[in-house]
Amino acid sequence: MRNREQHTGGRQIFVLGTFAFMMVALMWRAVDLQLLHKDFLQQQGDARYLRVVTVPAHRGTITDRHGEPLAVSTPVDSIWLNPQEFNATPEQWRALGRALDIPVKRLRQLVARHSNREFVYLKRRVHPELAAQVTALQLPGIALQHEFRRYYPAGEVAAHILGFTNVDDLGQEGLELAYDDWLRGEPGSKRVIKDRLGRIVEDVESIREPVHGKDLRLSIDRRLQYLAYRELKAAVKEHNARSGSVVILDVRTGEVLAMANQPAYNPNNRGSLRSDHYRNRAVTDVFEPGSTIKPFAIGVALASGKYRASTLLDTTPGYFRVGHNTIRDVRNYGVIDVTTVIQKSSNVGVSKIALSLEPENLWNMLAGVGFGAVTGIGFPGEASGVLPGYWKWHEIDQATIAFGYGLAVTPLQLARSYAVIANGGELKPLSFEYRSTPPEGMQVMSAGVARQLRSMLETVVADGGTGTRAQVPGYRIAGKTGTVRKSSANGYVDKKYTSIFAGMAPATNPRLVMVVTIDEPGGKDYYGGVVAAPVFSNVMAGALRLLNTAPDDLNDPRREILAGTATDTGEKFPRLAYTALKATP
Amino acid sequence: MLTRSQLAVAMLGCALIVSALGVVYVKHESRKLFVDLQQLQTVRDDLNVEWGQLQLEQSTWATPGRIENVAVSRLGMVIPEPQAVVTVRR
Repeated sequence: MRNREQHTGGRQIFVLGTFAFMMVALMWRAVDLQLLHKDFLQQQGDARYLRVVTVPAHRGTITDRHGEPLAVSTPVDSIWLNPQEFNATPEQWRALGRALDIPVKRLRQLVARHSNREFVYLKRRVHPELAAQVTALQLPGIALQHEFRRYYPAGEVAAHILGFTNVDDLGQEGLELAYDDWLRGEPGSKRVIKDRLGRIVEDVESIREPVHGKDLRLSIDRRLQYLAYRELKAAVKEHNARSGSVVILDVRTGEVLAMANQPAYNPNNRGSLRSDHYRNRAVTDVFEPGSTIKPFAIGVALASGKYRASTLLDTTPGYFRVGHNTIRDVRNYGVIDVTTVIQKSSNVGVSKIALSLEPENLWNMLAGVGFGAVTGIGFPGEASGVLPGYWKWHEIDQATIAFGYGLAVTPLQLARSYAVIANGGELKPLSFEYRSTPPEGMQVMSAGVARQLRSMLETVVADGGTGTRAQVPGYRIAGKTGTVRKSSANGYVDKKYTSIFAGMAPATNPRLVMVVTIDEPGGKDYYGGVVAAPVFSNVMAGALRLLNTAPDDLNDPRREILAGTATDTGEKFPRLAYTALKATP
Repeated sequence: MLTRSQLAVAMLGCALIVSALGVVYVKHESRKLFVDLQQLQTVRDDLNVEWGQLQLEQSTWATPGRIENVAVSRLGMVIPEPQAVVTVRR
């Protein structure tokens, strides 16, 4: 009995001891896991189900001055595939290939080639419907990623100004590039719990909120932009020209209301994009401005006090020797006054005037109205043009610069310089951004000189001038034609011209300034007054009407002649303003 | 019966349990709200998508070229001749 008790007591101790040992072991293990290895284990656990995903932020919208969208980012889905998890029956392969419009063979190659990866794009930026179709197949390892795609509802019309973005929604060209920091959104990120199949089961926390891009309101008026684009395209086609540009500025605020170029491209479909098509020629390309410079030389002459509008000059015999060079007029104009020098665009007259002036004054005027320096508008790739310093001029340079050879300008610079004449001698800083109030300008020409130049420029467009085809019924127009022989490395080229018209309306109190340049018209016409002036007339007529500008010339009996310049160019849409006017007796 | 310090320990223990439950409740509540937030954000994003697409659609319909075409061909509109325009001066 006693023996048994002893025996029992020994067993009890053994069992209890074993339990106690196991408990201590378990507790130690718990301490080991919970305290000593906690960080490591926690990290390993998180790594298996916690994921940080990015939350895309959309890019700001670009609108015109009235809030009409010009560039909009809308969300699209990119379809991607994890080759490690992907698994499909032949039937599913075919369905996927059909949905994505990719041959099954290529799909198989794609998956095989990236079999050791975990992420392969199948197709980027697809329509939401297509994305839904693919998800409906419910294939393992296929998922969507939200992205944004930029659409340009105006298409070709405003392509050069806006530029475009790349596949990652970053600005590549034009204002998309210039204002990239402003437009760009900052993607956020959040921590989520994902299950084995990569589906998000739960959002844990938001690490960084996405910051959406800010909207940009441009100074562009979509209606004027379209008008400029349409007329320029028609003219470039009609004259078989190499390229062309139109710039319209608001005289009072310095805003760019429209800027069109040819050739153009469709920013929504850039598959066959050629680099020379996406240059914004109105800002990046320079040309010798030719006769369009003459008003500024005359402006210096008027300011010097040596000349008045009625001062007479002898231009006989229609040519004039300066050193070894001969300056020629189209014909011998005889004895004419300063106004007629502008009206007939006499090279001899303006050279004689320029040579009697101080070179420094002439240079100051040209530099003052903005030639030879970038406009500060902030467009990528803007050209500064060329204006040689007066200290380097020879006598012949002084003469040729006065009629626009030996310096180079962009269409935008030329437009700005005419805005100075239009705005009473005040140079306004230019802008692509909407401005609610006119900015401070700088007086670079006296208001009196600007007024006299305007009335001289009116004679250019009036009957007997070189720019009659720029007339607009109901409005007084002031402007200047230019026809420039193009230069190359070997001097001036025969039969290659740039046709220019620069002008403003209404002349009594100018509201708009427009420059039209048409490069290398291939037809028999190449004069600025024949090729570029009709574009000015057509666009200006529409623009003044769209902007509700009061006519300042309602009693002009000649106004019904003008519309005859409009021709049917086989445009998709009828050109209503001008066809209607054509019927006028 | 209970000494002062025992009472304090008991009360602290209760407080600990209450606060632990509080943590559980708040955590649960915050998850619930976060889910709500995510849902609302999804709704907002969907509405934004639709807004963007409607904007695009509207501006496609309102292309100047199309308006011009409709005005001329379907509505038979013309731009008035200068002679037909009456200017009212004040």
